[in-house]
Amino acid sequence: MSARRIWGLIYRHLCMYRRSWPRLVEIAYWPTLELLIWGFTSVYITRAHAAPGLVAAGALIGGVLLWEIVLRAQMGVTTGFLEEIWSRNLGHLFVSPLRPAELIGALLAVSAIRTFLGLLPATIIAYLLYYYDVFAPGPIMLFFFANLLIMGWWLALGIVSLLFRYGAGAEALAWTLAFGITPLACVYYPMAALPVWLRPFAHILPASYIFEGLRAALSGQAPHWGQLGLACLLNAGWMLAAIAIFAGEFRRARRQGVLISIGE
Amino acid sequence: MDAIRVENLTKRYTHTLAVDDISFTLAPGQTLGLLGGNGAGKTTTISLLLGLLTPTAGRIQVLGHDMARDRFPALQRMNFSSPYIALPARLTVRENLQVYGHLYSVPRLKARIGELAERFNLTALLNRPAGALSAGQKTRVALAKSFINQPELLLLDEPTASLDPDTGDYVRTVLEAYKRETGASILLASHNMAEVERLCDEVLMMKTGRIAGRGAPEALIARYGREDMEQVFLHIARSEEL
Repeated sequence: MSARRIWGLIYRHLCMYRRSWPRLVEIAYWPTLELLIWGFTSVYITRAHAAPGLVAAGALIGGVLLWEIVLRAQMGVTTGFLEEIWSRNLGHLFVSPLRPAELIGALLAVSAIRTFLGLLPATIIAYLLYYYDVFAPGPIMLFFFANLLIMGWWLALGIVSLLFRYGAGAEALAWTLAFGITPLACVYYPMAALPVWLRPFAHILPASYIFEGLRAALSGQAPHWGQLGLACLLNAGWMLAAIAIFAGEFRRARRQGVLISIGE
Repeated sequence: MDAIRVENLTKRYTHTLAVDDISFTLAPGQTLGLLGGNGAGKTTTISLLLGLLTPTAGRIQVLGHDMARDRFPALQRMNFSSPYIALPARLTVRENLQVYGHLYSVPRLKARIGELAERFNLTALLNRPAGALSAGQKTRVALAKSFINQPELLLLDEPTASLDPDTGDYVRTVLEAYKRETGASILLASHNMAEVERLCDEVLMMKTGRIAGRGAPEALIARYGREDMEQVFLHIARSEEL
């Protein structure tokens, strides 16, 4: 692994964002819009239901902000990879000494920067407009952030693997896949709200435990460390599986000549 | 040690035999022309040499490294240019060269970019976005990118395809000078037969995935009793025999 090669690819993306204000706006647009919609909804709920509504409203805004970490982290990686397809630059990258692990490292770093920049305005607006301090529950929030970031990353590696297999035709998945699992991630409601037959799917997603933990923290309850540990284990397992799938699809792409024609 | 050593190389896709048991070498400091009509197997061969593709059978050694198992040390010492692969359009010429300078771990990168800008007449274009350049300017930038790591081996796919005759001649002169200065080896795929005659020490003619003819351009012209490489190309491409 070479830090300089990873930096080279990060620098490529930083230069691109510096020269493209629509891309910069896009990073923060959806998280801010989502927050405004659900923020006003939470204001309405609080006014209608007083004290119980306050916890529900907090869970709603917290859910929006934290789920956006997964979405932005996933899109940060997949968009970074798609940018190389769109600019027909993959051929140059894959004949350079850049290792696949360095490519992943650079895309994860770009994703982390995008996620931070994308959520910063929404976090500030939540504080100013709705008096919601996302850091109020304390350092445990950093644990939640890190786990959700990692979940976004393994989802993204899965999508990039699909791009290797199906080419740019699989591009739509980059925008939709993470949205599709939102109902199972139990972002806005407890796992118990799901029908029994759907719960096993929620049980294998780290996010469902993280959001249970968020709701507990907002209600002033002690965190359920066993469940949060399980979220970490699930993340580690999914990440290892995603890396293995990525490596397999990359090998297959080299066997079948897809690296040359991936954008077609 | 040969710059390239290919032994019994075969690439088979599900329904197509793209490269069929070819063997050749490229000696250090030599320029080898890879010729052939569309679908002859040139692009597949170049992709195999670059490690973009893995062979079905056979062996490729580049600068002493086995490309199937150990391609990255070779990729560090070689480079590639093709007008069919682009550089990020939003980035300026300087930024593109900086990115690839980092990817190839080039020392004294700022000075190296200055040298390349001078060599390829890009100084006035360094701060322009790559996407705003003409086709000929883009080709010159792509060539500058392929020189960024002072490669010992250059793989060039139609390096002068979109250049006007004057700039094409300029690029050929740059390639000759680079080879003279550094002793680099060049593998050149081109449809410009005058270019092949001028630059290549030896030529490989490919047809339906196999090598249909090889030799120095003058030797091939003499062997087939033709006047130039253009006629040799047409003769081999149109003949029934392989």
